[in-house]
Amino acid sequence: MSEHLPVIVVLAPLFGAVIVGFFGTRDRHLCFPIALTALALSFVCSIGVVHHVATVGAWDYFVGGWESPHGVGIQLRADGVNSLLLLAIAVVALLALVYSIRQDGEKDAEKSPFFYVLFLLLCVGLFGITITGDAFNVYVLIEITALTSYGLVAIGSSRRSRVAAFQYLVIGTVGASFYLIGVGYLYLAVGSLNMADIRTILAANPEIANSRIIGTALVFILLGVWTKMGLFPLHGWLPNAYSYCPSGSANLMAPLVTKVSVYVMIRILFGVFGLGVITENPGWSDLVVLIAVGSIVAGSVMALTQREIKKMLCCLIVAEVGYMVGGTWLGDAGRWGLTGSMYHILADAMMTSCLFLAAGVFAKQFGATRLEHLSGLFRRSPWAAGAFTLGGLAMIGVPPMCGFFSKFYLIRGAIDSGHWLYIVALLGSSLVNAILFFRIFEIAYFGEVPESSESSEGGCPTRGRHAAWRTAPLLVAAALTLLLGIFNRPVIDLIRGTVVENIDIVSMQE
Amino acid sequence: MENSIQSYLPLWACLSSLAAVPLILLFRRETFLREAVTILAGIAKLCFVLAMLPIILQGSMIELTLFGGGSDGLVPIAFRVDGLGMVFALVASILWIPTSIYSIGYMRGLKEHSQTRFYVFFAVSLFATLGVAFAGNLLTLYVFYEVLSLSTWPLVTHHQDAEARRGGRSYLVHLLGTSIAFVIPAMIYVWVKSGTLDFGVQAILANTDLSYVQGLALLLAFAFGFSKGALMPLHSWLPGAMVAPTPVSALLHAVAVVKVGVFCIIRTVLNVFGMDLLGGLGIHLVLCWIAAITLVAASLIALTQDNLKRMLAFSTIGQLSYIILGIALLTEHAALGSILHIAMHAFGKITLFFCAGAIFVATGKKQISELNGLGRRMPITFAAFAIGAASVTGLPPMGGFLSKLYLVWGAAEAHQIALLCAFLISSVLNGAYFFPVVYRAFFLPEPEMDAIHADGACCVHGWREAPLLCVLPLAFTAISSILLFFFPSTFYDLASIVLHGGVANP
Repeated sequence: MSEHLPVIVVLAPLFGAVIVGFFGTRDRHLCFPIALTALALSFVCSIGVVHHVATVGAWDYFVGGWESPHGVGIQLRADGVNSLLLLAIAVVALLALVYSIRQDGEKDAEKSPFFYVLFLLLCVGLFGITITGDAFNVYVLIEITALTSYGLVAIGSSRRSRVAAFQYLVIGTVGASFYLIGVGYLYLAVGSLNMADIRTILAANPEIANSRIIGTALVFILLGVWTKMGLFPLHGWLPNAYSYCPSGSANLMAPLVTKVSVYVMIRILFGVFGLGVITENPGWSDLVVLIAVGSIVAGSVMALTQREIKKMLCCLIVAEVGYMVGGTWLGDAGRWGLTGSMYHILADAMMTSCLFLAAGVFAKQFGATRLEHLSGLFRRSPWAAGAFTLGGLAMIGVPPMCGFFSKFYLIRGAIDSGHWLYIVALLGSSLVNAILFFRIFEIAYFGEVPESSESSEGGCPTRGRHAAWRTAPLLVAAALTLLLGIFNRPVIDLIRGTVVENIDIVSMQE
Repeated sequence: MENSIQSYLPLWACLSSLAAVPLILLFRRETFLREAVTILAGIAKLCFVLAMLPIILQGSMIELTLFGGGSDGLVPIAFRVDGLGMVFALVASILWIPTSIYSIGYMRGLKEHSQTRFYVFFAVSLFATLGVAFAGNLLTLYVFYEVLSLSTWPLVTHHQDAEARRGGRSYLVHLLGTSIAFVIPAMIYVWVKSGTLDFGVQAILANTDLSYVQGLALLLAFAFGFSKGALMPLHSWLPGAMVAPTPVSALLHAVAVVKVGVFCIIRTVLNVFGMDLLGGLGIHLVLCWIAAITLVAASLIALTQDNLKRMLAFSTIGQLSYIILGIALLTEHAALGSILHIAMHAFGKITLFFCAGAIFVATGKKQISELNGLGRRMPITFAAFAIGAASVTGLPPMGGFLSKLYLVWGAAEAHQIALLCAFLISSVLNGAYFFPVVYRAFFLPEPEMDAIHADGACCVHGWREAPLLCVLPLAFTAISSILLFFFPSTFYDLASIVLHGGVANP
């Protein structure tokens, strides 16, 4: 059993989705326990995978025992980075699931089986993208992720969520097509879809690796994943999609979908094309870092203009994506930038999860969707407000929260490689985040508790009865944000093990 | 200096106040237990610090590394207790206990709201203060520095009114803004340059080839980035932060927060650059002049203030620059005076703040011009005020005299006559803004009781001191200021331990 852990991580939610689809439509009370069991199984298995990777090393798993890369076999590969990401996905998904136990109260009750099916399938996609070792598989799973996401956005009751879903669908499909075209070129040139296999062929045949077709493939793939992760200026779909969908969906998608796309970029770069792409083409890397800086600046500026909580958080996602893309492309010799990016994938997943859960709690409990609605929050709901504060501080990058340490390593990489503009952008965005969050803290701390809140919420059935179910995951997320920061060393060690290992492979082959 | 001892004592010393937080929250309804927990935590903290004192006085160091060793160039969270950290930790943990007692008197006397929150964040900020004192590398120092900035924000803005919001905003913009914008890049640049951030016997940058411009940029980034040191022009948060309740102003804005700022600057000078490098490059003079301008200017501004706490705030800005100027002179005696002044000024200034608070609790008066004749009503408070003022001004027989003596001696040693004059002028100005207050209180006649202030029973002639819990702490700190003149040996020994490991030519 234990030798099949990597595949169980992916299969558990898949079978869970089937079972929910089958039984959940008859008795909707079954949906939540089934989904919870499936994700808990994934969670346990991903702990097993992390443990294995930490103690033994990278883990290659061949689905169905098809070991030959030239056949149709699917290879899964867990290393120091993606095993941690698997764990993060499982944790965030579990938290989002517990939060959604009363998905939108009574009026959306009939939707709940479909919600859980989509939810679990989205998890399948995310787990699969993360762990697969096959470039075409990534495309298939990106499509699974995308299709379920469209559904999860459109499931919201408002008209806006349907418009947002349509916008998301159009742009998302274009992005996925770009990725597919890129993979097509790659297959044309190399004749393989297995990542490790392509890497070996490219390393052995520099004339192929330097050919125009490979360059074209890389550009298409990058454009595809950048669209998917919402890098400026390809971010247009993101704020609407994540702020107009139900908070149960946003809690899952906002922290994970963009982060997993960033991981795909990193994986494609060092698992398929090799990091030489970055170091040998300083012009390219300068350009990409510049785009990343643009993304950071644009995200921060847009966030400043927002008065809606979720919209503001979505704009911050654009900025955070800029951090990670920039860090990956710094190309510094010590790979600190790459380390920082990979750590930030995890850190940002936790922070974003915490903040979106908090935004969901505020919206449900107080009907607060705009900044000024949060007046007197520290008195009204001290626990949720405290958790939100931790998430906000992590976003600003205050030690010992996790957001600080990713910036620490990113800046180290930027100094090593001399990308000063990127450092200015990082620090500037930290300051903007400080303004954004302290603006909220001020409203929440100094503002009076609105008189009307008690009377109007008093009649609301969702308050009180299920408040604990919503607040508990928020508190867990906040605690994890803090713990991931305090205990960053083992995580960084594991990441650096993988990164340095890959440097060695690259330098041996070149 | 080689022998170092592994011990968990610094960690316990830090954590003892953090551990009090859940208990304070638990006892939020039973005010007596809540305050007992605060004081017990203070005593426990002091005990842990005192337990380390003999080890440090023998010339050893205490080290503790958490979360992994320094493999492949990563920076761990580490503690390292040396003489300098000990001086600061001792001052902060000694003064926390009287401050806690004083807080009880003050907060109850004024019937303040949210007292539980107040005690919680007070405990957290003491945790962070000791963390800074015992930090073993620049990263750990920075971590605790930021925790301190944030945990004091709810204290500064305690009143939650428009003025508190303004003060709190200025507080955060200055402290958080500068530390993110300046300290983070400077710290990581140091890391890139030297490959380590550990404070050791040798300064971090001692063996690197910094150019004049690089060195100057780094030094200024640290000096202004640690803006709790309130160097001009980044000083304006400190008068703004005086909206806080007086116990907060007393401990945090005369001792913990502002001293963390100068402590970090001293660390930068001694352990990041090292005196050799700074002296070799000649960049210390830039810092000297910034500090000198600050100390004269702040004293001049203090002369013009009528609000007692604002006057004390500007006085603090000036005194902090004494410490910064002392260490930036890079001579042995100036550095000694600088480290001693951390302790001496802390005892003197906390007395003055306690007095300001006691006056406010007893009479509701905040302006200096309203204090006429109050000395005869509140003799203990104003006697303590006179002692504190004399100590901060630098008159014998108060502790402040010793530290200022060494500072002036150091300035002479460095042949910086202009800076020496700055010290002397500023000390004269210190006297000029403090003693009129004492004079007013004791020698000017009390104004006729007007109808506005006729609150019945209080107005009978005779003593009208603040509550006992307010008066006892200020009497204690005032007496301590005098005792420090006669028994300065502990602080003196600790300071000389610092210098004989760090000074170029002892």
